[in-house]
Amino acid sequence: MAEHILELRGISKAFSGVKALDNVQFQLRRGEIHALMGENGAGKSTLVKIITGVHLPDEGEIYVEGQRVHIRNPNDAKKLGIAAIYQHVTCYPDLTVTENIFMGHEITQKYSNKILWNEMHSEAEKLLESLGAKFDPRSQMGSLSIAQQQIVEIAKALSTNAKIIIMDEPTAALTKRECEELYRITEQLRDNGASIILISHRIEDMYRLADRVTVLRDAKYIGTWDINEISREKLIFAMVGREITQLFPKKQVEKGPEILRVEGLTKAGLFADVSFTLHRGEILGLTGLVGAGRTEVCQSIFGLLPPDKGKIYLEGKEVKIDSPWKAMELGIGYLPEDRQKQGLILQWEISKNITLPALERFSKRGWLNVKKEIKTARELAQKLNIKAKNVFALASNLSGGNQQKVVFAKLLTLDLKVIILDEPTKGVDVGAKSSIHEIISDLAQQGYGIIMISSEMPEILGMSDRIVVMREGRVTAIFDRKDATQEAILEAAMVNKDNTPIQ
Amino acid sequence: MAHQNNDNKILKLKNFFFQWEWVLVLLFIAINIINASISPYYSNISGLLDATMTFLDKAFIVLPMVFVIILGDIDVSVSSIVALSSVIMAVSYNDLHLPMELAMILCLIVGTLCGLLNGLLIVKFKELSAVIVTVSTQIIYRGIAYIILKDQASGNFPQWFSFLGWGYVGRIPFIIIVFAICAVIFSLLLHKTTFGRYVYAMGNNITASRFSGIQVDKIKIIVFTLTGFMSGVTALFLTSRMGSTRPNIALGYELDVIAMVVLGGVSTSGGKGKMIGAIISAFLIGMLRYGLGLVNLPSQTILVIIGLLLVFSVMIPNVRLTIKKATKQNLAMANDKSD
Repeated sequence: MAEHILELRGISKAFSGVKALDNVQFQLRRGEIHALMGENGAGKSTLVKIITGVHLPDEGEIYVEGQRVHIRNPNDAKKLGIAAIYQHVTCYPDLTVTENIFMGHEITQKYSNKILWNEMHSEAEKLLESLGAKFDPRSQMGSLSIAQQQIVEIAKALSTNAKIIIMDEPTAALTKRECEELYRITEQLRDNGASIILISHRIEDMYRLADRVTVLRDAKYIGTWDINEISREKLIFAMVGREITQLFPKKQVEKGPEILRVEGLTKAGLFADVSFTLHRGEILGLTGLVGAGRTEVCQSIFGLLPPDKGKIYLEGKEVKIDSPWKAMELGIGYLPEDRQKQGLILQWEISKNITLPALERFSKRGWLNVKKEIKTARELAQKLNIKAKNVFALASNLSGGNQQKVVFAKLLTLDLKVIILDEPTKGVDVGAKSSIHEIISDLAQQGYGIIMISSEMPEILGMSDRIVVMREGRVTAIFDRKDATQEAILEAAMVNKDNTPIQ
Repeated sequence: MAHQNNDNKILKLKNFFFQWEWVLVLLFIAINIINASISPYYSNISGLLDATMTFLDKAFIVLPMVFVIILGDIDVSVSSIVALSSVIMAVSYNDLHLPMELAMILCLIVGTLCGLLNGLLIVKFKELSAVIVTVSTQIIYRGIAYIILKDQASGNFPQWFSFLGWGYVGRIPFIIIVFAICAVIFSLLLHKTTFGRYVYAMGNNITASRFSGIQVDKIKIIVFTLTGFMSGVTALFLTSRMGSTRPNIALGYELDVIAMVVLGGVSTSGGKGKMIGAIISAFLIGMLRYGLGLVNLPSQTILVIIGLLLVFSVMIPNVRLTIKKATKQNLAMANDKSD
């Protein structure tokens, strides 16, 4: 019998030229809980997707129980006994627990294919009982709590006789007591012989459960350690330990008067008690792990998700913002994270995209002035150095970086005071990245107050005057540029100090 | 460089002629030729002008329906709005003895309010699609018309009221003039104003539109309210032409109107299409019906033919897309070679 139930060797995977995994290895021992750790975008989810057959690796070999295998699709993975339980439970809320457990592999009578409900219910009951769950398999999936739904997902994995179970952020949405329950079940699974890959942003999860840990960073394999031979400091260093070599075109700007102040902003289930200030000419970096509530806070300020509690002051005056239209009227602009779905109308020309937010300015009593529109679009396209044949090129034909510049141009048609940028350089190539950084720096110099959400540590450290770190819906730290280090930021983003989940 | 400019010109010319609207014009001419050849009564100018009276009343709803379908929504309640506003006009003149002018204004107000209610429901209950909302209000509006009038007719309008449906200005039917004015207004509204631009934006990408600060709810409500108002206009002309009204007036109009818009090249997935296409196709379907009626084809057969035409029109853009893709690939290959 091979020592490793699952082994990956030299796995590489690139998405449109960008390396997501670069010669990565991973070994899972029989009957262990193995944590997989790394920052956002380190390559964890890509690795999981390769193991579960969602993506095919460009290079590398996979061995299951010592045998070389090819996992071409999720069905292959299932046959090899690999099952994944995701952070956002993927279930059919209107069906019963039993139906969810046996979806795709129902127990049926031979030949007639009649579903044998009694057998399925009693089998489901047995599975749930073995996991220590106390709810009826006939109940509706949607009526269960998230923790209970996760147990159903685990039962589903067991019903397919999975030997390798991947848990992707299983505790992210759970309360402390529910976490304990999940820990217990996970350990029980291991004791029954399953091998488990655990992905979690919570360092305490890992120390509580895992036997070993593998760290990825920037698409590369960094190392594997026994859990009791690596300290928290060393682990964090393994995750961030890079030199910041990139130069950022950050300009020194005199900090102006306060322009935006947020006090105690709360939205149930998303974020709580968020407070910070923003000054003219300042770039405020907003960071944290994916799902920490950064986007939600900003969308709240932009009127897309009006808050339950809390106050927003613009230039000292309290404002109520209930729609993006109102936000823009007041002078707050937002560059969304997903430029293709939220930022652009891909089927349209560059010029029509640019002028969309400020169409009233290119019209007289509702009549469009197309000439004026095109003139402004040309000026902005030139100013931001948008590379296209002309302003009539379709947005869908542009590269990611140029598309992003078009979304920037949209904001510049308005009279804004505050600009919120949500992952402004996500998915753009290196060249376009630095020119976008230059644009951001110029905007700050012109006196805009800028909030920049970013998951990229070098970008946050290189561009921000101050850095706000969020963790699970709360602000955990605010650093000045001179005090901020990668380690301090990651610690604030990952480590639970006071054990207060939001609810 | 000059060479490239020339290519561009040819491409532009090609794009101009490869428009759906030209297909419609050709179809329209073909239908008229066929009609003329099978019916000796067809090709006579004043007869043709009179023929437009038989379908132009519903063409008034085609104009705002273009906006609705560009938004990616649909409104199937329009025929019931026509019925309700027509019935209320008749009852307020005959039974409440209001002056006819006031009854007519009431007709327009009722239409507008019905449209406004549609819009409000669609915006407030985001989980309900426009189809579901308007199917429900379709039943409600016509139901109210039945409650008000029972299963009776109501007529006896003053003599001058028939001018709307039957009157002439010089040799041109009055309804054509009013329709032409409305068509120009709606074309300008769609193609030359910020409002029209917003409608296209929302039809293409409602999320990006919201992020761009467009007041999407407000625009949607206005579009549905306009549709209600124009249904009221249709009610005026239709009631005048019929001379009386019944609760089952304009039954099935919504399908005709939607067929005209879709055949006109307005995509039901939203964001695409032009006003002129829908106007041409309104005439196309109208004349087809008229011509087939002249040769005494039963109305059920006419329905089948119109249905086939619709299937054809939905298919054609797909065929065109395939051709476009193929030529694009050819072009790309040619470019590769020249590199």
